[in-house]
Amino acid sequence: MAIAIALALIVVGSVVFHFVSPWWWTPIASNWGYIDDTLIITFWITGVVFAAVVLFMAYCVLRFRHREGNRAAYEPENKRLEWWLAIGTGIGVAAMLAPGLVVWHRFVTVPTDAATVEIVGQQWQWSYRLPGADGRLGATDVAHVTPENPLGLAPNDPHGQDDVIIQGDQLHLPLGKPVKMLLRSLDVLHNFYVPEFRAKMDMIPGVVTYYWLTPTRTGTFDALCAELCSIGHAFMRGGVVVEPESGYQAWLQQQKTFAQLQAPSRAQARNDVRD
Amino acid sequence: MVVILSFMVVLAGFAGWWLLRQGIASKPWLEVGIPADAGWTAPLPRPTARLGLAAFLVVAGSLFALLVSAYVMRMGMTDWRPLPMPVVLWFSTGLLALSSVALHTTVIAARRGELDGIRSGLLAAGVSALAFLAGQLLAWRELAEAGYFAASNPAGAFFGLVTAIHGLHMLGGLVALWRITARACAIPMGSAPQAVGALRLGVELCATYWHFLLLVWLVLFSLLMRWADELIEICRGLVT
Amino acid sequence: MADVTHGVAGPVPMPDHDDVELYHPKSWITRYVFSQDAKVIAIQYSMTALAIGLVALVLSWLMRMQLAFPGFLTFIDANFYYQLITMHGMIMVIYLLTALFLGGFGNYLIPLMLGARDMVFPYVNMLSFWIYFLAVLVLVGGFFVAGGPTGAGWTLYPPQAILANTPGQQSGIIIMLVSLMLFIIGFTMGGLNYVVTVLQGRCKGMTLMRMPLTIWGIFTATVMALLAFPALFVGAVMMLLDRLIGTSFFMPSIVAMGERLAYKGGSPILFQHLFWFFGHPEVYIVALPAFGIVSDLISTHARKNIFGYRMMVWALVGIGALSFVVWAHHMYVSGMHPAFGFFFATTTLIIAIPTAIKVYNWVLTLWRGDIHLTLPMLFALAFIVTFVNGGLTGLFLGNVVVDVPLSDTMFVVAHFHMVMGVAPILVIFGAIYHWYPKITGRMLDDTLGKLHFWITFLGAYAIFFPMHYIGLMGVPRRYHEMGEMAFVPPSTVDLNIFITVVALIVGAAQLVFLFNLIWSLRRGRPAGGNPWRATTLEWQTPQTPPAHGNWGKELPVVYRWAYDYSVPGAAQDFLPQNQPPDPRLA
Repeated sequence: MAIAIALALIVVGSVVFHFVSPWWWTPIASNWGYIDDTLIITFWITGVVFAAVVLFMAYCVLRFRHREGNRAAYEPENKRLEWWLAIGTGIGVAAMLAPGLVVWHRFVTVPTDAATVEIVGQQWQWSYRLPGADGRLGATDVAHVTPENPLGLAPNDPHGQDDVIIQGDQLHLPLGKPVKMLLRSLDVLHNFYVPEFRAKMDMIPGVVTYYWLTPTRTGTFDALCAELCSIGHAFMRGGVVVEPESGYQAWLQQQKTFAQLQAPSRAQARNDVRD
Repeated sequence: MVVILSFMVVLAGFAGWWLLRQGIASKPWLEVGIPADAGWTAPLPRPTARLGLAAFLVVAGSLFALLVSAYVMRMGMTDWRPLPMPVVLWFSTGLLALSSVALHTTVIAARRGELDGIRSGLLAAGVSALAFLAGQLLAWRELAEAGYFAASNPAGAFFGLVTAIHGLHMLGGLVALWRITARACAIPMGSAPQAVGALRLGVELCATYWHFLLLVWLVLFSLLMRWADELIEICRGLVT
Repeated sequence: MADVTHGVAGPVPMPDHDDVELYHPKSWITRYVFSQDAKVIAIQYSMTALAIGLVALVLSWLMRMQLAFPGFLTFIDANFYYQLITMHGMIMVIYLLTALFLGGFGNYLIPLMLGARDMVFPYVNMLSFWIYFLAVLVLVGGFFVAGGPTGAGWTLYPPQAILANTPGQQSGIIIMLVSLMLFIIGFTMGGLNYVVTVLQGRCKGMTLMRMPLTIWGIFTATVMALLAFPALFVGAVMMLLDRLIGTSFFMPSIVAMGERLAYKGGSPILFQHLFWFFGHPEVYIVALPAFGIVSDLISTHARKNIFGYRMMVWALVGIGALSFVVWAHHMYVSGMHPAFGFFFATTTLIIAIPTAIKVYNWVLTLWRGDIHLTLPMLFALAFIVTFVNGGLTGLFLGNVVVDVPLSDTMFVVAHFHMVMGVAPILVIFGAIYHWYPKITGRMLDDTLGKLHFWITFLGAYAIFFPMHYIGLMGVPRRYHEMGEMAFVPPSTVDLNIFITVVALIVGAAQLVFLFNLIWSLRRGRPAGGNPWRATTLEWQTPQTPPAHGNWGKELPVVYRWAYDYSVPGAAQDFLPQNQPPDPRLA
C-alpha cells in the first residue's frame, strides 16, 4: 500500500524536480543547438516511458495487492501484446536514434571553410596554436619539445615559423566563424571541454583528434579538462573568449609567432657561442 | 577487433544452433508430465570432463583471438617495423606438429588398449613438446641478442607476448601430460583392459588440447611470418 | 557441445547421476574452510564480497564528504580522492557485484535449482574461491604499500595509469593489475563449473526451457564473463609489461612534466578497446543475473507465472549476444574513428528493445496477480523503478551525439550508479531476504527489513536522481572539488550537501541490514522448508538448510516448468516443479 503511494510520489517528484529545479544546462554558445534538441526529444520520450511504467506499476500494486481469497490470473504469455510493445519500443528508439545520427553526421563533417586552431594539452595546462599568415600549421613531434619549444614544432618546417603560439592566456575565437579544433596531447589523455559549446573530444598523445563548432554568442567561457589526467585534473582550467571579428584581430596582432618566440633563445645561443 | 568479433560471431552461431535444438521455442507451460514426452533430452551423453575442456578451449580461444586482434590493430599503424623471423621457428613448428601427431597415435593405441603404444606415444609427445618450448626459447634468445626486444620496438614486444602466452598454455598442458604419463607407467604390463581403458579419457583430452595448441600456433605463426598480411589488408579495406 | 541426442521417441535412458562420486569432507577444515561443497563456497564468496563491499561503501562516504565539504576532512587531498574513486569503482563492479552474483548466488542456486548434488568440478570450484580470496587480499594490500593503491580511475586508462603524478604509480598499479589477473583466473575456474553444471548437471526432466530465469540469467552472464574477461586479462598483462619492463603496447612517445620518456609507438586507444570489450559485457554480467533473480522474485511473490517466459529467455540471450557489439559507446569522445559512432549508436539503441521487453514483462506479471508485499517483492519493485530510470538515461548516453555533452560529466556517474549500482544491489537485497530462510532455516526480521528497505530505496533514488542534473549543467566527473565554475549556480553546493547527507544515512542503514543478518541467524522466526510457497526445486529439499548432497537418497524429477502459480483447477496456488501431474487434471 505504502509502496504504491511511494511509486506515484517518485514519478510526481521527479517530474516536478525536472521542471522547477534551478539546475539545468548552461545557455548554449555554439551552433550545437541540434544536440540540445535531440536531448530534449530524448527527455520527452524517456520521461513519458518512465512515468507510464512506474505509474502502471503503482496501479497494479494498489489494485492487485493480496487480499484474503484472491487468486492470480493464469496467463503464460500474450504474443500479440508482446509484439505490439516491442514494435512500439522500436519506434520510440528510432525516434531518438534518427535525429541523433543526423546530428552526429554534422558533428563529424567539418565545413571546408572552417578555420583551424590547435589545442595542446599537457599536465595541467592548455596551450593554443594558430596557423599564422600562411594558413597552415607546421609539423610537430614530441621529440622536438624543449623548454624553448614547448609545443614541439619542427624547427625546420617553414609552415611552422609563422604559427601563433599562445601560452598562459585564454583562447580567442571570432564570433560566427566555423572553427576546427585540432586536439593534441603531450603526455596523457585530456579533453578540452567548454560546457557552453556542448562539443568535446579526448586528446590522445601520438594522435591528432578534432571537433568543430561555430561560436554563436560573445563572452568568456570556462574550459575544463574532462578526461582524468591524474592529480591536477580538477585544476586544469582554461578560458575561451568569443568576440566580434574586430576585437579578435586586435587580440591576434598582439600574439607572438613561433619564430619570434625562438628569436630571443637563438640570440642567447649566439651569445653563448661568442663567450 | 575484427578478429575477435568474427570469433564471437562463430560462437554465437553455434550457440544459437544449439539452443534451437534444445527446444528454445517450445512452450514449457504446456508440457507437464513425464519428461520423455515433453521433449526431454538427456544431458550430453559425453564425459563431463570433455565438456569442461571444450568450454575452456573456447575461453582460451577468445584470449588468443583478442591477442591477434590487438596485434593486427597495432600492425596497422605507420611505425610498425616487422621482425626478421628466426629460422628456428620452423623447427619448433615441426616439433609441435610432431607432438600433436604422437598424441594422436596415443589415442589410437588407447582405443585399442595397447599399453606399450600409450607409453611410447606419451613419451614422444612429451619430449617433442619440451623440444618445442626449447625452440621457442632459442628464438627468443636470437631476437634478444639482435636487440629486437628493445622497449621501442612494438613488434618485438608482441612477439614475446604471444609466444609466452602460448608457451604457458603448453606448460599447463605438460603438467596434465605428466600426470597421465605417470598413471600409464604405474600400470603393470599385461594388466586388465579396464585399467588401460581408464587412461583413455585422459589421453583423449590431452590430444584435443594439443591439437588446439597446434592450431593456435599455426595461426600465430602465419601472423608472425606475415603470410596473413594480405588477408588483413583485405579485411581492413572492407571495414573502412 | 555437439551431438545432443534429440527427439528420441519413448523413454530416454537417463544417465545415472548417483554414480558420480560425491566428495565427503573428513575434517572441520575440509568442511568449512577448504570445502568443496558449492553451498559452503557460495557463502564464502558472499561473505568475502560483502566484506570488501563494506570497505568500498566507506570509501564512497569519504568521497561524498569531500564533494560536499571540500577540505573538511583534511586527510583527503586530490591524491587520496583519486585512490578512493578507483578502489571504490573497481571493488564494487568486480569484487562485489560480479563475485556475489556469480560466485555467491551462482554457486548456491545452480545445483539446487537444477536438482544436482553439487557442481561438476567441486575441487576446481574450491580453487576458484581461494584464488578470488587471494585476489581480494592482494587488492587490499594496495592500501598498505608505499604510495598507496592506484588512483588511475577504475578504467585504468594509459598513459596516465602508469605515469608519475598518478597516485600509486610506484606499486599500487602493479598490485591492481595482479589482483585483476588473479580474479580472472579464479573466475574462469568457477565460470567453467557453472556452465558445465548447467549443461550436464540438470536432473531428470529439467529441460532448458524448464529452468528458472535465475539460472538463465546466471548462465548467460557466466558465458559472457568467460568470453569477456580475457580482454581485461590481455589488457592487464600488456599494461603490466609496459609498467615493469618498459614495453610500449599502450605507451606512445610522451613528454611528461618536461621529461622525454623512453616509450615509443604504443596506442592508448588499443587499451580502451580491450578494456571496454570486457567492460561493456561486464555491465550485463552484473545485470543479467539480476534480471533473472528479479523475475523469480516477482513471479513467486505475485503468485503468478512470469509473463512471457519464452520472450524473457530470448531477451536474456539476445542481450547477452548484443552486448558484445556495443562496447565502443563508452568511447564516443575518445577520438576513435567517427564512423564507428553510427554503428555503435545503432547497436546500443537496439539493445534497448529486448531490455524494454523484460521490463514490460515484469510489470505485466504484476497485472492481475495476487501481490504479496513481502520484502523480496518490495525490493523487486524498487529495482524496476531504479532500473527503468537508469536504463532510460542510458538512451541519452548511447545515442552518440547526445553523449557528446554528457560524457565524462556527473550525468554518467548518476546513470551508471542508478543502473548498475543501485538496481543490482536492490536485487541482491531482495534475493537475500528471499533465500536467507533456505540458507539458514530462519526468516530475516520483517520490521528491520522494512526500515532497511525504505531508507535504501528512497535514499538511493534521492542520491542519484538529482545527480543527473549536476552533470547536465556540465560538471565533470572525477573532480575532487568543483572550484570556480562560472556556469554552475552556487545552489549546487547545497545539492551536493543534500546528496552527501542522504548517502551517509543510506550507508548507515546498511548496518541495520548487517545486524539483521546476524541477529536472525539465531533469533529469526523458523522458516520451514518453503516459506514463500515457491515452485522451484531449491525449496523442495528434504532438509532446510539443505544437507550435503542436497537431495537425500533420490534426486528429484521435474515434471513441469518453474512457474506453475495459480494454475486453474489446482488446489494450491503453486505446483512445485517436482510434483507429478495430477491424473484428475489430465
